[in-house]
Amino acid sequence: MKHVDSKAKKYGMVIDLDKCTGCGTCMVACMAENNVPFKKDETDKRLSITWMRVFKLTNGKPYPDNEICYLPRPCQHCEGQHTGHSPCVSVCPATATDYDSETGIVSQIYTRCFGCRYCMGACPYHARYFNWWDPVWPGEMEKYLNPDVSPRMRGVVEKCSFCYHRAQLAMEKAHVEGRKELKEKEYQTACTQACPAGAIVFGDLNNPEHEVHQVAQPDPHHHGRPKNPNAFRLLERLGTNTKVYYLSSREWVRRAGDNYLDSEGSASHE
Amino acid sequence: MDSALWPIGVKRCHISKFLMGLSIAGVVLLWGVVGLILCWVKGLNQTHMNDYYGFALWIWADLAVIALGGGAFFTGLLRYIFGIRELKNIINYAVLIGFICYSSALLILAIDVGQPLRSWFIFWHANVHSMLTEVAFCLSCYFGVLTIEYIPLILENRQLNKVPFAHHLAHNMHHIMAVFAATGAFLSFFHQGSLGGVAGVLFGRPFAYREHILIWPYTFFLFTWSAAAYGPCFTLLITWLTEKISGKQLVKENVKQLLAKISGWMIFTYIIAKIADTVYWALVTAPSKGFTLMDFYSNNPIYGIWILIVEIGVCGVVPAWILVTPRLRANPKTRLIAIILGVIGVCLNRWVMVLQVMAVPVLSFDTWAMYYPSWQEVATTILPVAYGVILILISYRYLPIFPQEVELNPIEPSPSETVEAMNDAAAEDAMVSNGEPATA
Repeated sequence: MKHVDSKAKKYGMVIDLDKCTGCGTCMVACMAENNVPFKKDETDKRLSITWMRVFKLTNGKPYPDNEICYLPRPCQHCEGQHTGHSPCVSVCPATATDYDSETGIVSQIYTRCFGCRYCMGACPYHARYFNWWDPVWPGEMEKYLNPDVSPRMRGVVEKCSFCYHRAQLAMEKAHVEGRKELKEKEYQTACTQACPAGAIVFGDLNNPEHEVHQVAQPDPHHHGRPKNPNAFRLLERLGTNTKVYYLSSREWVRRAGDNYLDSEGSASHE
Repeated sequence: MDSALWPIGVKRCHISKFLMGLSIAGVVLLWGVVGLILCWVKGLNQTHMNDYYGFALWIWADLAVIALGGGAFFTGLLRYIFGIRELKNIINYAVLIGFICYSSALLILAIDVGQPLRSWFIFWHANVHSMLTEVAFCLSCYFGVLTIEYIPLILENRQLNKVPFAHHLAHNMHHIMAVFAATGAFLSFFHQGSLGGVAGVLFGRPFAYREHILIWPYTFFLFTWSAAAYGPCFTLLITWLTEKISGKQLVKENVKQLLAKISGWMIFTYIIAKIADTVYWALVTAPSKGFTLMDFYSNNPIYGIWILIVEIGVCGVVPAWILVTPRLRANPKTRLIAIILGVIGVCLNRWVMVLQVMAVPVLSFDTWAMYYPSWQEVATTILPVAYGVILILISYRYLPIFPQEVELNPIEPSPSETVEAMNDAAAEDAMVSNGEPATA
């Protein structure tokens, strides 16, 4: 039988901020899907593990011109200026986080991480979280954990994996069925499926038939920069080359995605 | 009571006073050990670090002690490779201080990781692209070098030195010390540099990121340079402190002035490079990422522009000016001011390159992150200081750290010391006549 290698994927996400209502369903779905631990007291958000976190942005203007926008922020799965040169992957001393050039997903190997937290310092999106405590599940909740995702122990870093276990399951199924390629809807993240507003789409940015490609229109000659005028990526100027695109029809929201000098216009909140 | 262990020809304080000093440092050490055990048993939730402040007081302490311990490699380089003979009178102390600094850094690192039992993964699963990997390898190797440099000093203890093997080992180790000094300088260049690279490569953090020469960001070179420049200041500061506490002059003035002069010129050249780096960063690098200089120094309660002025001006230009000016360098008071400012300056630089990096928001809709350490972090950071005090107390009392001490503080030797000294001289003569070189 002729062996045909499947093409390298670049899984990514487009989040339409015009549709996002800030309901937080994506956060809840993510926590449930990925066995993300929580504590009795979650008042200090800088100690809370939120693989998907919704930020609230404002244009800073007084009423009645005040506008807000909710911005869900998963791990951006940066590719960097050359394949795998993500801010975090390049600095991890023990190769506990890796860039998969077959999928474009930045992985985290929990059993190899020894908790130096250099990756956290490197990530400008604060998408990486440290397990300051061992996870404790209340009551019988342990029985409801997702068996496909390993819980993490105290002292290691964790982050959004684009629900990679779902990709593995989908690939297993495809393999059994003698297929090399996954269909677009076969592999979707939990947040994508849970979003009641349909604000999140997920798929292969390299595949012109996938919605993410059609919406974001990534320019391969400029490290995936979106051609869609309403699309932007967070901190584009840093060269992180992320795989999460945002859509907004509002100029101030798009500008809030990056930093600008005064001479370039207000950095945010026009 | 323990005078038989003292170096020949020196006087030490009464054993009770010595034990009292040890006890005080011991209590502080114990406090640190309690913090350490809590961190190891209960985890890093004992600290005030959080997901915005993954690097905090401990990493600063690591970077600071390694910079301060830079006096060991640089003085060793000057003494053994460049052959500046006067520095043999302070090299032992520089090595001891370096040994304390580097062992402290390793201890702090062992507390600072979330899974201490997996620390060896950094060697086993090494990512050669990570600056931290380079730090781990060079740091461990250089600590080995410092241990090798410290061993002959221990073997020169009056009683140990009577053991022929110990005597000959110490003697021969001294003769190959240039090899270790060169190795130490090589390793130090890379780990001091890679510690600078830890921040400089963070292209996601415009406050830290610097342009590169090949694979090394400018901070790589600045950190090595500053450690070589300011490290000797720390050696001189601790020497001054030891002299004050012991009530004796231990190193001759010309030696101190020479090291201060070298340090001064190093700081002078370093601070020019630092200013150039800062200007380029402020005018080119940061604006290319959408930031102005003042974005990094405003809208927060601590990190104002004052910190840059203090680091570069007060603690850089001023000590450089004092130490390169012969009249000011010769004055012990102004020299002391300069070396204190130098020590503060390099510590401040390391603070900025660790804690301010974490504090500055990068996302336009994020806010500054502030941090203060928990008592466990403070205790475990002071622990190495107490350990250093103890090691210095013991080493000063029982080892011939300062070769000029006997000459500077003459005392009437006891009859037994006179006999020992004569026997030692006879043994040296015998070795020379047997074709073996004498101790340098």
